[in-house]
Amino acid sequence: MELDSVMLSRMLTSMTLIFHIIFATIGVGVPIMISIAEFIGIKRNDSYYLLLARRWARGFTITVAVGVVTGTAIGLQLSLLWPSFMEVAGQVIALPLFMETFAFFFEAIFLGIYLYTWDRFKNQMTHWLLTIPVMIGSSASALFITTVNAFMNTPQGFDLENGKAVNIDPIAAMFNPATPSKVFHVLTSSYMTSAAILAAIAAFAILRGKRGTYERKALRLTMICTFIFAGLTAVAGDVSAKFLAEVQPEKLAAAEWHFETESNADLILFGTLDENNEVKNEIRLPGFLSFLAGSTFDTEVIGLNEFPEDERPPLWVHYMFDLMVSIGFFVFAVAGIYLIMDRIKRFNELNKPLLWMIFAGGPLSMLAIEFGWIFAEVGRQPWILRGYMKVAEAATTGDGVGLTFILFALLYLVLGVICAVVLIKMFKNAPAEAELEQRFPRK
Amino acid sequence: MNLELLGITVLWTFLYGYLIVASIDFGAGFFAYYGKITNKDHIINNLISRYLSPVWEVTNVFFVFFFVGIVGFFPSTAYYYGTALLIPGSIAIILLAIRGSFYAFGNYGSRDNIIYLFLYGATGLLIPASLSTALTISEGGFLSVDDNKVTFLTKELLTSPYSWSVVALSIVSVLFISAAFLTYYADRANDSEARNILRRFSLFWSPPTIIASLLVFVSLREHNQLHFDKAVGEYWWMFALSLICFGAASLLIYQKQKFGTAFVLVMLQFFFAFFGYGASHLPYILYPYITLQESVTNETMATALVIVFILGLLMLIPSLYLLMKLFLFDADYIKGNKK
Repeated sequence: MELDSVMLSRMLTSMTLIFHIIFATIGVGVPIMISIAEFIGIKRNDSYYLLLARRWARGFTITVAVGVVTGTAIGLQLSLLWPSFMEVAGQVIALPLFMETFAFFFEAIFLGIYLYTWDRFKNQMTHWLLTIPVMIGSSASALFITTVNAFMNTPQGFDLENGKAVNIDPIAAMFNPATPSKVFHVLTSSYMTSAAILAAIAAFAILRGKRGTYERKALRLTMICTFIFAGLTAVAGDVSAKFLAEVQPEKLAAAEWHFETESNADLILFGTLDENNEVKNEIRLPGFLSFLAGSTFDTEVIGLNEFPEDERPPLWVHYMFDLMVSIGFFVFAVAGIYLIMDRIKRFNELNKPLLWMIFAGGPLSMLAIEFGWIFAEVGRQPWILRGYMKVAEAATTGDGVGLTFILFALLYLVLGVICAVVLIKMFKNAPAEAELEQRFPRK
Repeated sequence: MNLELLGITVLWTFLYGYLIVASIDFGAGFFAYYGKITNKDHIINNLISRYLSPVWEVTNVFFVFFFVGIVGFFPSTAYYYGTALLIPGSIAIILLAIRGSFYAFGNYGSRDNIIYLFLYGATGLLIPASLSTALTISEGGFLSVDDNKVTFLTKELLTSPYSWSVVALSIVSVLFISAAFLTYYADRANDSEARNILRRFSLFWSPPTIIASLLVFVSLREHNQLHFDKAVGEYWWMFALSLICFGAASLLIYQKQKFGTAFVLVMLQFFFAFFGYGASHLPYILYPYITLQESVTNETMATALVIVFILGLLMLIPSLYLLMKLFLFDADYIKGNKK
C-alpha cells in the first residue's frame, strides 16, 4: 500500500465519514424516538414519558453538535480532497446537495425552537408539533444526501464528453436506480440503531440496579421500536440485495464470494479464502443466494469472473456484509424475545442475560451501520462514479493530505472522548427519579 | 437578470448573511471569554448564551449553504479552490469543528468550564482570519496553475500586505458587529450594566474597523489594480454609503440612543461595503481563472437550482421569522424570564 495522495485522500474521507455517521445516524433516528415519547406522554398524561423525551433531547443536543461540525467537515472535504469529482458532481448532482442544506436549515431552526420552548406554550401539543419539522428535516437530509451516494453507484442523467458532463438531467440523476433501496435502508437502519442505543442505555441503567418505573417504561418503549424498525430494516436489506443482484452484481458477488455465474447459488456465511480464491471454513446455505437475489432458488446470480480484474471490489467486503446482516438479525431476535417475555407473565423479562444482550445491541447496531457503509463504499471500488470515473482520477493533486489526515485524526479523537465524557457526566449527576420529582411534583 | 448573475447574487447574499450572524457569534465567544477572565462574566455571559443557544446551529447552515451553492452554480470553483485550499480550508474546518462542538459541550454539558470557553473564544478570532483566505486568493496572484496541477503559493500569501490587511479587517469587524448587536440585545433586556460594558466594546472597536477598511483599499491598489479601479471608479458610491452608515451608527451608539437603529446601520454599512466589493470583483470569481459567464453550470441545472432555491426560501423565511420572534423579539425571553 503506497501512501500517495489518492490513498491518503481515501483514508481521510473514510475516517471523517466513519466518525460522522455515528452522529448522523443518531441525528436521524433519535428525533423520531423523542417525538414518540413526548406524544405518548401528552396523550396518556404520563410524566415518565415526558421526562424521557426531555432527557433524550438533552443528550441529543450534544450529539447534534458533533454531527453538525463533522457534517460541515465532510461537506468541505469533498471539494478539498476530490476536486475533479466535485466538478462533475456540481454539474450533475448539485440539486440534491443543495436541497440537503435546505433540509438541514429547516431542522436547525426547529430544533433550536424545540429545545428552548418546553414550557412556553399553554397547550403541550403545540410543543410536540415542533418535533414534526425536526423529523422531516433530519430524515429529508438523509434522503437527499443518500441520493447523491446512490448516484455514485448508479450514475445516470448525463453524458461524459472529454471530462465534461453534458446533456444533464438533474431529476434523473437524483432518482437513479439505487436511490429507492438505499434511502429505504438508510432510514430504517438509522431508526433501528437509535432505538437500540436508547434501549441499551435503559438496559444498562436496570443492570446497574435502577429498576424504577422510569427505566422499565423506557426499556419497553425502546424495545418495541427496535423490534419494528429492525423488521423494516430486514425488509429494506432484502430489497437492497435484490437491487444489487440486478443492477450492481459485482458488489453482491464480492460480498458473497460468488465467482461463477450460476443458478441455485449458495449463500456463504463467514469462512476464509485461500490463495486460489477457494472458500474454506464457511457455513453454506445451498441455493439461498439465488433466493436472496430473486426470491426463487433457480435465479441466476452473476459471478465476479464476468468482470475484468481491475474492476472488481476487494474480497474482504464479504466480512463486512456478513457482520452487518448477523448483527441485524441478532438485534431483531433479542427485541423479539424481550417482547414475548414481557407479554407472558411467568417469564421475567428483566433477567440479566437478556439485559446484557439488549445492552450489547446498541453498540452492535452502530457497528452494523459502519460495516454496512464500509461494504457499500468499498464494494464499488475502484469506481468513484461507477462506470465513469475511477477514484484515482478524482483525488486532489495538492500536497499536504498526510498532514491534514493527522490533524483530523487528533480532532476526532478529542471530540469523541470529550463528547462521551460530557454525556456521561450530564446524566450521572442528575438521576431520573430526582428530576421527575423536581419537574413534575406529584400532587 | 441572467441565471449566473442571479446565482452569484443569491450566494453573495447568503455569504453576507453568514458574515453578520457569524460575526455576532464569533465576537460573542471572544467577549464571553474576556468577560470571564476580567470577572465580568456574571454580567454579560448569561445574556450572550440566551441569544446564542437557540441559533448557533442556524449560523452554521448559512456557511454550508454558501459552499454547497457555489459548487452547484459554479462547479469549476470546486476544482480550483478545492485543490488550492486544502491546507487553509482544513484548518478552517478544524477550527469550526472545535468551536461548534465545544460550544455545545460548554453550554449544554459542563457549564463554566474555562478551557471550553477559551477554545470557543480563541477560535472565534482565528476562523474569520482563515476563512478570509478564500476571499484573498480570489484576487489572484496566490495560485500557480499548469495543465494538471493547481498549487497554492503559501509564501506569497503570508508575505502579502493585502492578505494581512484582509485578516485585520475580518477580525476587527467581527468584534465591532458583535458588540453593536449585543449592545442592542442588552438594551432590549433592560440590562443596563451589560449594555454599558458592551457599548464600550462597540466604541472601542469602531475606529479600527474603518482604519482596517482603508488599509484594504490601499493594499488592493498594489495587489490588483484592475479591481481597485473598478471599485473606486464605478462603485465608489456604495463605499460612500457604507461610510455614512458607519458614521451614523457610531454616533448613535456614542449618544446612547436607538441601539436597534444603530445595529441596522451597522448591517447596512457592511451590506454596502460587501456588495460594493463583490460587484467590483465581477466578472471574475477567481481572478483570472474563473469568470462568471464561463464557469456557470449548464442551464438545466441552474434553472433547477433557482427553482429549489425559491421553494426553499418560501419555507425558510417563515421559519426564520418564527425563530426571531421567539428568541430575538420576545422581551420576556431576552430578560431571562422564560426558560
